[in-house]
Amino acid sequence: MILVWLISILFIGGIIAWLSERVNPYYPRLIALITVLLECVVMLNLLGAEPATGGWIASIDAAWIPRFGISFYLAADGLSVLLLLLTAFLGVIAIGSAWDEIKDRAGFFYFNLLWTLAGVLGVFTALDLFLFFFFWEVMLIPMYFIIAIWGHENKNYAAMKFFIFTQVTGMLMLVSILVLAYFHSIQSGFVSFNYHDLLTVETYGPLEMWIMLGFFIAFTTKLPSVPFHSWLPDAHSQAPTAGSVILAGILLKTGAYGLIRFAVPLFPEASMSFAPFAMTLAAISILYCAKVAFAQVDIKRLIAYTSVSHMGFVTLGVYAWNEQALQGAVMTMLAHGLSAAALFMLAGGLQHRIHTRNMSDMGGFWGKVPRMAVVVLFFSIAALGMPGLGNFIGEFLALLGAFQVNIPLTVISALGLIFASVYSLWVIQKIFHGEYVNSEFDDNHLTDLTHREMVYYTAMMIGLIWMGMYPQSFLTLSQPVLIDLISSAEGIVTSVVRN
Amino acid sequence: MDITLADLIPLLPLLITTGTVVVSMTVIGIKRDYGLTVAITIAGLLLAALSAAYLMPSTNLQVTPLMVVDQYSLFFTVVTCATAMFIAILSYPYLANLDDHKEEYYLLLTIATIGAIVMVSSNHFVSTILGLETLSMSLYGMVAYPVHVEKSARFSLEASVKYLVLSAAASGILLFGIALVYAKTGTLEFASVVNVPSITEGLGDGFTIAALILVFVGIAFKLSLAPFHMWTPDVYEGSPLPVTTYLATVGKAAMFVVLLRFIEASEALAFDSFILVISLVAVASILAGNLLALLQSNLKRILAYSSIAHMGYLLIALVASYFVQGSISVEAVTIYLVAYVIMSAGAFGVASVVSSSEQEFNSIEDYQGLFWRSPWLAAVFTGMLLSLAGIPLTIGFIGKFYIFFAGVEAALWVLLAVLIIGSGIGLYYYLRIVYCMLLAADIEQGFEVSIGRNISSHAVLAFLFVLLVGLGIYPTPLVTIIETISAYIL
Repeated sequence: MILVWLISILFIGGIIAWLSERVNPYYPRLIALITVLLECVVMLNLLGAEPATGGWIASIDAAWIPRFGISFYLAADGLSVLLLLLTAFLGVIAIGSAWDEIKDRAGFFYFNLLWTLAGVLGVFTALDLFLFFFFWEVMLIPMYFIIAIWGHENKNYAAMKFFIFTQVTGMLMLVSILVLAYFHSIQSGFVSFNYHDLLTVETYGPLEMWIMLGFFIAFTTKLPSVPFHSWLPDAHSQAPTAGSVILAGILLKTGAYGLIRFAVPLFPEASMSFAPFAMTLAAISILYCAKVAFAQVDIKRLIAYTSVSHMGFVTLGVYAWNEQALQGAVMTMLAHGLSAAALFMLAGGLQHRIHTRNMSDMGGFWGKVPRMAVVVLFFSIAALGMPGLGNFIGEFLALLGAFQVNIPLTVISALGLIFASVYSLWVIQKIFHGEYVNSEFDDNHLTDLTHREMVYYTAMMIGLIWMGMYPQSFLTLSQPVLIDLISSAEGIVTSVVRN
Repeated sequence: MDITLADLIPLLPLLITTGTVVVSMTVIGIKRDYGLTVAITIAGLLLAALSAAYLMPSTNLQVTPLMVVDQYSLFFTVVTCATAMFIAILSYPYLANLDDHKEEYYLLLTIATIGAIVMVSSNHFVSTILGLETLSMSLYGMVAYPVHVEKSARFSLEASVKYLVLSAAASGILLFGIALVYAKTGTLEFASVVNVPSITEGLGDGFTIAALILVFVGIAFKLSLAPFHMWTPDVYEGSPLPVTTYLATVGKAAMFVVLLRFIEASEALAFDSFILVISLVAVASILAGNLLALLQSNLKRILAYSSIAHMGYLLIALVASYFVQGSISVEAVTIYLVAYVIMSAGAFGVASVVSSSEQEFNSIEDYQGLFWRSPWLAAVFTGMLLSLAGIPLTIGFIGKFYIFFAGVEAALWVLLAVLIIGSGIGLYYYLRIVYCMLLAADIEQGFEVSIGRNISSHAVLAFLFVLLVGLGIYPTPLVTIIETISAYIL
């Protein structure tokens, strides 16, 4: 029941925030903040709870469309809870980043923001595949509005591209889900979209590969990975700051979550034979997008490409499919959620102050905005994988796990760490070092970070340091889940081999 | 065969609609009163819908050889009468200022509905033709209705003549096909054409297939399936908006029910080449409809082309019915038709509400900034468009889910791939309209939005919107009904 509350609080809060605009234009942001804080409180409840059998901390299962055996089945285990916490935390941050930026039609903005979060929570907890797809699509629409209404100069193109990419690949996944459900009805005599039922479906040979690809393409588009990544730089550079925070911090993680929870466990055999190819794509993503990032002058596009590059480690870890690699993927998801969100906020903050994202116009800002410079330096270093911070743990574990599976690809992917240092430090050098010139922009508003902003960044810094220094507190939560997933997938593979 | 009073009870919806025509005609003869005529029409259609809903659980009769009154036909009688009633309500403010006699429009609307009721209850070619011609004849009049008023009549005569000529040609082809089918089976009832001894010597499969294809082509004209779709955008554009709504909803739904009954009864899909023809028409409709819609900037034309694509989606479920066990694909056709009626009526309804016979707002630019001028109308319109695009939370998604499900079970991979591509293209032009509504409002142009002026039209939109979202989130009630009634088709 607690999961239903988690989702409905956001839906209801969104509606209230929208309506409250009529009373006072400042109410929506307050109500949104209260809603998400309430959400955090409810989630802490979830943390304390003892897992029931099967590791599910909370679940609810109610009939929805009995004709197709579809039920409203939500459940959360350690993995989901970690991502729920990330969602709530970044929800607060996103509201903070929009606090001063969004003045126009604020009510509708916070409505969309909260509904996106609600959709994401649904994705992270749905265990009925129809319901999962439902939420998967539901989170698109408010995100589309966020980009299309409050975006920058080329928002129509970016929003449209984002929507069409994710929707079309989503339909491929829908077909895959239906094929799987159909196989289940042939093998067991009734149609079901229940995750546990579908895990038992046996699919064979080339068909299994095709069905798996439906899921894989949908998830890697969201993740994103080369070659389905081209929507991301556009969406990120055009979205308002809060939109970028949600997009980079949470929405991308739904793709990774889908790979871990659905794509591999449902099709262990096909995934194993597909793994070398997926890991190659991951390696290409890591290196190619790092290279492309280096070529950008638009700071938001640059960060977007680095996102794709870092998400490559997640794909690498997932398809190595052993405990270390998976833990690495999960840690990368969490750490990148914070570091990328922070970097997008900083980029958004800069754009808000000087109305340009073009790095070739910037330079020598260290003297003007020292606090901001330090914060950018911190998060850049986090992103490049400095030991002691969360991203390092994630990428290191992912590489360590992948090394046991495929040495050449791991070695190549590890080069990405070097590239990351190059572009991260290049950004610092470009923006903060050198001569200060302000011929290209109006620097009246180029002020340092406010105290409120510092609070957000500090919170995220603490998060990253915590992940880097004491990752065990996160790993413990996800460990039993990942071990279960691995062993169930192995069980299916060995039983198939024996037959 | 004697017809007793008890036999007439299943025909109650039809009799009530016919009675409505007679009463309103008499009333017009005595005294012209616009409001009164509209009230009689609405009351009559409502009564017909209610009586059909009342009869639905218990009735399953062949009434005369011409009409079958089973749960399926009664369900679509409800849909037809209710939609016609909504269109009558939307027409009231639309036509209010027409500088001509306005009352006869409602006669035509009711007569057209009689035709539609006959069509959805038809399992005999004679009643099909009777119903179809009753519907079409009234529509010619409705399309050209504002012809005497110079301001409104820019294209309506052209549209009407175009529709008349092409419709007549289509009827001719349909009749020729029927004649050939009759030569094969010796009956005008919808009956199996497979494995029946020909009553005429020497007619092979080739003959049967030719006959079936001619019937299908005749029907495809009316459904505006590619490559027989040329008339659709022009007629949609030239007609008054409520009439366009009627053409797009009742006209299409009634015709598709006939097609469904005919295909299922005749077992036409047993011929591979017939399946090939239908599949090709489906592919052509989906691609042509969606691609051509990309080029339009007129709302009516966009929705006209998109309706071509939607009819193509429906054909996929129809083809699937041959390959799947059970009634899932008939259910898919049914639920998609219902969804299509709701979302088309809603989308055209929004345009009707802001337009009038003097000035229609059909360009996408007219809707610029609607989100800020009238959030309510914009929300309804967005909902309808997202539903047409098949996005969850709307009934359009449930419909698409059914079609996907039927297609997967029938293993129609090529058609499904086309469906995905088509839907992907479709997103673009639906979102283009949505995006235009999101832009900053341009005060210079555009229409006045005041809910008070025609509260009943807004109530219709509200009802459709509630159906759209309500059934999108919790479709089980509709799913259960449709599962029951679909058994009557097979």
